[in-house]
Amino acid sequence: MANKVYQRVYTQLEAITKATVALRATGVSNDELATVHGRLAQVVKTKGDTVTLQVFSGTEGIPTNAEVAFLGAPPTLKVSDQLSGRFFDAYGHPIDGGPEVEGEERQIGGPSVNPYKRRQPSQLIPTGIAGIDLNNTIVSGQKIPFFADPDQPYNAVMADVALRADVDKIILGGMGLSNDDYLAFRHAFEGAGALEKIISFVNTTEEPPVERLLIPDMALTAAEYFAVDKNEKVLVLLTDMTLYADALSIVSNRMDQIPSKDSMPGSLYSDLAKIYEKAVQLPSGGSITIIAVTTLNDGDITHAIPDNTGYITEGQLFLRADADSGKVIIDPFRSLSRLKQLVQGKQTRDDHSQVMNAGVRLYADAQNAKTKLENGFDLSDYDHRCLAYAKEYATRLLSIDVNIKIDEMLDTAWELFAKYFSKAETGIKQTFIDKYWKG
Amino acid sequence: MKTTGIVTGIVSNLVTVRVDGPVAENEICYITLDDTALMAEVIKVTGKNASVQVFESTRGLKNGDKVEFQGRMLEATLGPGLLTGVYDGLLNDLTTMKDVFLKRGEYTDPLDHTKLWDFTPIAAPGDKVVAADWLGEVKEGWLPHKIMVPFSFKGEFTVKSVAPAGQYTIDKEVAVLVNEEGEEVPVCMWQKWPVKVAVKGYKEKPRPSRIMETGVRVIDTLNPIAEGGTGFIPGPFGCGKTVLQHAIAKQGDAEVIVMAACGERANEVVEIFTEFPELIDPHTGRHLMERTTIICNTSNMPVAAREASVYTAMTICEYYRAMGLKCLLLADSTSRWAQALREMSNRMEELPGADAFPVDLSAIISNFYARAGMVVLNNGQTGAVTFIGTVSPAGGNLKEPVTESTKKAARCFYALEQNRADQKRYPAVNPIDSYSKYLEYPEIQAYLDETVEPGWTNKVSRAKNIIRQGRDAAEQINILGDDGVPMAYHETFWKSELVDFVILQQDAFDPIDSLCPMERQQFMLDLVLDICAKEFSFENFEECRNYFKEMINLLRQMNYSEFHGESFEKYVKELNNLLESNGK
Repeated sequence: MANKVYQRVYTQLEAITKATVALRATGVSNDELATVHGRLAQVVKTKGDTVTLQVFSGTEGIPTNAEVAFLGAPPTLKVSDQLSGRFFDAYGHPIDGGPEVEGEERQIGGPSVNPYKRRQPSQLIPTGIAGIDLNNTIVSGQKIPFFADPDQPYNAVMADVALRADVDKIILGGMGLSNDDYLAFRHAFEGAGALEKIISFVNTTEEPPVERLLIPDMALTAAEYFAVDKNEKVLVLLTDMTLYADALSIVSNRMDQIPSKDSMPGSLYSDLAKIYEKAVQLPSGGSITIIAVTTLNDGDITHAIPDNTGYITEGQLFLRADADSGKVIIDPFRSLSRLKQLVQGKQTRDDHSQVMNAGVRLYADAQNAKTKLENGFDLSDYDHRCLAYAKEYATRLLSIDVNIKIDEMLDTAWELFAKYFSKAETGIKQTFIDKYWKG
Repeated sequence: MKTTGIVTGIVSNLVTVRVDGPVAENEICYITLDDTALMAEVIKVTGKNASVQVFESTRGLKNGDKVEFQGRMLEATLGPGLLTGVYDGLLNDLTTMKDVFLKRGEYTDPLDHTKLWDFTPIAAPGDKVVAADWLGEVKEGWLPHKIMVPFSFKGEFTVKSVAPAGQYTIDKEVAVLVNEEGEEVPVCMWQKWPVKVAVKGYKEKPRPSRIMETGVRVIDTLNPIAEGGTGFIPGPFGCGKTVLQHAIAKQGDAEVIVMAACGERANEVVEIFTEFPELIDPHTGRHLMERTTIICNTSNMPVAAREASVYTAMTICEYYRAMGLKCLLLADSTSRWAQALREMSNRMEELPGADAFPVDLSAIISNFYARAGMVVLNNGQTGAVTFIGTVSPAGGNLKEPVTESTKKAARCFYALEQNRADQKRYPAVNPIDSYSKYLEYPEIQAYLDETVEPGWTNKVSRAKNIIRQGRDAAEQINILGDDGVPMAYHETFWKSELVDFVILQQDAFDPIDSLCPMERQQFMLDLVLDICAKEFSFENFEECRNYFKEMINLLRQMNYSEFHGESFEKYVKELNNLLESNGK
């Protein structure tokens, strides 16, 4: 933070809303930090001599004669190897009882990577979950969210994925985490004995919502340090981005901006893109992969938050409860990994993409059979076989509690094909049938 | 003397400046921040206050910072070397920047001033010339790149001298012109043009009269786009917009392709410049990259420059069109451009239109689409800019302002459908809702009669009708059950599936099927329509389904085989056997 000598102090507020205060001040720079009544705030608007500040922790109890001190610089994070294994709040202060981190002070929310300097993502990130590895393979440098209703165990799945992924650093950005979920993450990380490669920035539901706006930039500034400066493979977990977007709408509302769809700010797309586009494969070998969570309202993906997210990210992993198998599965129809073809059959077995397609297509046939059944039509022998296949496919492959190697996933799929279908019904290329058919 | 001003207000990238002199709408200014200068554009003036949109992050900017106005609009530098380039929305060369991260205030020259070009004169001393007339040419890749009288020159000029054939840099004075006042004006190989103004300098803009082949059946056969035509592709995320656009970029029958990645994913741009240098243009056998320029303002780059990027891309196309070349502009996606307009309008606290978009959105979009077109140049040669934009409708709902405004402006509509994408029926272009107005043009009908076969447009309508009838039949079958409808319904339905699987669907990743020349499209459509004209007899619907499934499989295998090659003919024979076993 800036030297006390240069601080300019004011004591007359002109306006106060729930998230912002305005006052007359000069020489203030855009994005600069300030303290208002001891609370951290940031300049979001200047108009003539009037400066509007967004107060991160809310304005409750702030009087019109509150002391406002400008700090001369935008929010920063001190980066060094000392970040490893530590838990921080939205301002980058330790919340694990440890000492402050020493290191180079960097502005958060820095510039974008020159697109020409990027490399095409090409490293597979295995997770052990077949719904991901088999059907929606994730690649380093990718950005992909879980789309899930609030009752789905998305945080637990994400912790599993993170701990199994072969990466150098895992950075958790928790926004509006319930205290229970925060402790669950902490417990999972400590239990896995992987604490030294994990860094967490956490804002819990007990803390003010506007603080959340700092979390992704903090997490990604730390990620860029390790990926760019140290050439490491970094995985960033952001949960829950819906709560982040809600915080954006609170601030824009308090600043009297005209809302667009679903009362979200008109800049929602750009705001989210600035975060997600930090995912990158660098020429030096370092990479940032982002796995996020976007909670849905009753599976509605047309809401502005999931909709804008879908246009930005490279696919989505859709969690839902499956009635047939009684498991939570990764829905093969509504999930997609746009980068999967960069690794499938290249870093995995040659039959990967054909087996994936056949598996999903037969599962779709089972859904048609189900519709027929519901509408009271007679089922053919093929329909019955599809239904039996679907149940086993959901249990053994789509369920999120699966943890096997990719070759095992492929073998399981072949086993199911042989059990329920003829060779021709799978529609798989003859050369693979000859090589892998289990009969 | 230049107008100057000082910053008096900042909201995100909208900055208010108090000015001490005249300023123009869309005038460019630089705001001094420490030791860098940030480029900005005037978008509104009220009294002494100009509202400017800054093309960079405004972090750290202060009230009182100095601003200098440039007396010009946002300009593109045009000259040989633009092809193969990768630029940002303001035409800064991204390949010559040193850092991994974009540096604020770093502006790079789009052209290489040291490279030598083989110059050949075209004009001769004494010639009378006007703006956009050709003075000479250099070879850019395999294309003749014309050196023209700069577009901004007004009135008639007399050529005094033209440099002899030889190798020169773009800064070489290649011609001297004399204006009507008798003053000498030198001309070099590059010129500047304000991107938001349409390049004129042609004799007339007739109606398009030829089609532009893309090798994609659902476009060329069913809804062809004209050379110099306009089209747009709306669709929810995950429906294959990008794959379809890349297919058009790879296969489109154009001499110059400009791809504007406007507010989209950076990794998609990486895909283009990783793969394109390896790919071969099917029309010329040359590397695709040699005819391609990438304008890339990805979603995390500054919003105002995103708005500029589509204009920059269009200006480059117009520049090459003036050389008598066929250009194709692909913009992905114009919704992001519209959103950039919305963000600015919002910050200026303008009264919003539908969905908070600016009220003049529709006018802005149609003005932009109007810049495409075929033109007859002053020397009688023709050039064309074909424009295809993608639209990303919020929530996949086509009743939103950007889609609706674009529908009014573009002549071709390729609606991508979630349902088809879910069923993996790619390209997921809805065959019923999509249209090409060009099919109604008498010029285009005559062209198709001549180049494909007489009565071709009637055949296309027949194919569309089969799909429509199939949809109706499918609905009846769904309501009444397989056994509840007459056999004819099943036959109608499966005939539409035949058209769907064999003509509409196409594998963009298969080396043969991905590119289907017009001759082949004609052969397949004729074949399928002949089959559909037959009447079949089946005992039950299972037999009907299996029969058509087998037929579809054979025809798809034909699509995957080399045209009239050995295995292709084998499948034709098998198909004939199958047809003889049933069908009258």
